[in-house]
Amino acid sequence: MRSTKPMRADRGTVEGSSRPRLAPHVRLRFDRARAQHVLLGPEAVVVLNGTGADILGLCDGQRTVAQIEAELAGRYDRVADGEVQQFLARLVAKRCVEVSDG
Amino acid sequence: MDKPFGLLAELTYRCPLSCAYCSNPLNLADYTNELSTEEWQRVLTEAQELGVLQCHLSGGEPLVRRDLARIVATASELGMYTNLVTSAIGLSRRRAEELRAAGLDHVQISIQADEPTLSDRIARTPSFARKIEAARTVKEMGWPLTVNVVLHRQNIDRVTAILRLAEELGAGRVELANTQYYGWGLRNRGALLPSRAQLERAETVVRAARQRLAGRMDVLYVLPDYYSLYPKPCMGGWAARQLTVAPNGDALPCPAAQALPFPRASVRDDSLSQIWSESPLFQSFRGTDWMPDPCRSCDRREIDFGGCRCQAFQLTGDAARTDPVCHLSPDHGIVADAVRAANNEQRSTDLALVPRPHRAR
Repeated sequence: MRSTKPMRADRGTVEGSSRPRLAPHVRLRFDRARAQHVLLGPEAVVVLNGTGADILGLCDGQRTVAQIEAELAGRYDRVADGEVQQFLARLVAKRCVEVSDG
Repeated sequence: MDKPFGLLAELTYRCPLSCAYCSNPLNLADYTNELSTEEWQRVLTEAQELGVLQCHLSGGEPLVRRDLARIVATASELGMYTNLVTSAIGLSRRRAEELRAAGLDHVQISIQADEPTLSDRIARTPSFARKIEAARTVKEMGWPLTVNVVLHRQNIDRVTAILRLAEELGAGRVELANTQYYGWGLRNRGALLPSRAQLERAETVVRAARQRLAGRMDVLYVLPDYYSLYPKPCMGGWAARQLTVAPNGDALPCPAAQALPFPRASVRDDSLSQIWSESPLFQSFRGTDWMPDPCRSCDRREIDFGGCRCQAFQLTGDAARTDPVCHLSPDHGIVADAVRAANNEQRSTDLALVPRPHRAR
């Protein structure tokens, strides 16, 4: 029947000053069966790695992307330049994450 | 073996609407012995253990089940994302509040057209006004709303107005899903399959709408596979990502798999995990070993998985054949004939439809 990946269009832009948060229709859960965090929406399931789950755990609509990067830098040896922004931009494009600027 | 992400829980095939495009099976009488509340709660628990994260509550019309909120509450307590797939008939304020309290995450409302006359004619019951009212209730209660419109020959020329309505209703997503030809939809295919010119006009509208609505409303457009070069990747692969449980407890790898010639797999007889990992119905078309040519040697075999097994079965009588939608299928003539007939300029856009009955008769 229905294929699970319908066509999609736009991409979001995420700046260092953006304040990301989960879209209201999306849930972040820990999936015991796979022992991984997942993002759940009406169609999408996004299986997250540990870093992805940590990033989203900090997306509270208050912290900026720059602040999230700084917090992660304290936890991990290295966070590649632009990694957080790229990760969030992909989720904005999937409408799993929303950003407000400034 | 993969773990399923999604469960389509078809709670009942009873429905207040009689849409002729319905993909429910023709033999509705075989599904009247519905699972009880407790049986659904057990199925959900087993599904969660198996890895299911999303539960789509569907039918028929799930609101016909008076125990819907209890079923939602169980899915929600198990941590699943719960999505109600409804005609909205029966979604009163009181029931909406009950479902909200049960933890329902998302509501998808079907609308048959952008205005009452055509919408009610397709649904064969006065329903448009109630759908609009229910959609407003959903928004007022702060739920994310998806508006779903099944497209076909009799409404596809109204896509512009349909999109405007979805926007007015404040939908976060609109799904414009071309009819899939199963069950009643297959029976009515001659009256439902659009012409190529109709599809091209609709696609132009959709492209423009996506640009205009970017960031405000997601516009999903499900292509009609009869007009595609290659088949759709049915269910993301057979028994790989999704499963369906029918109202009588039959477990299915694809919602249209009831008629396939395998022993029934029922949650009344076996656990969901036994069914998922051992039943011939689920095992038969996993992976690529079952494939005949042209799929076997095709470099798209891991992209579309040979298309839909149930469509192959319905059209050729053999579930193991390449989906006839594929232009490489030796049976493609079956689909090409239907498409040719749909493009006959003499063919009208309001041919009579065989209504799907409200319930088994």
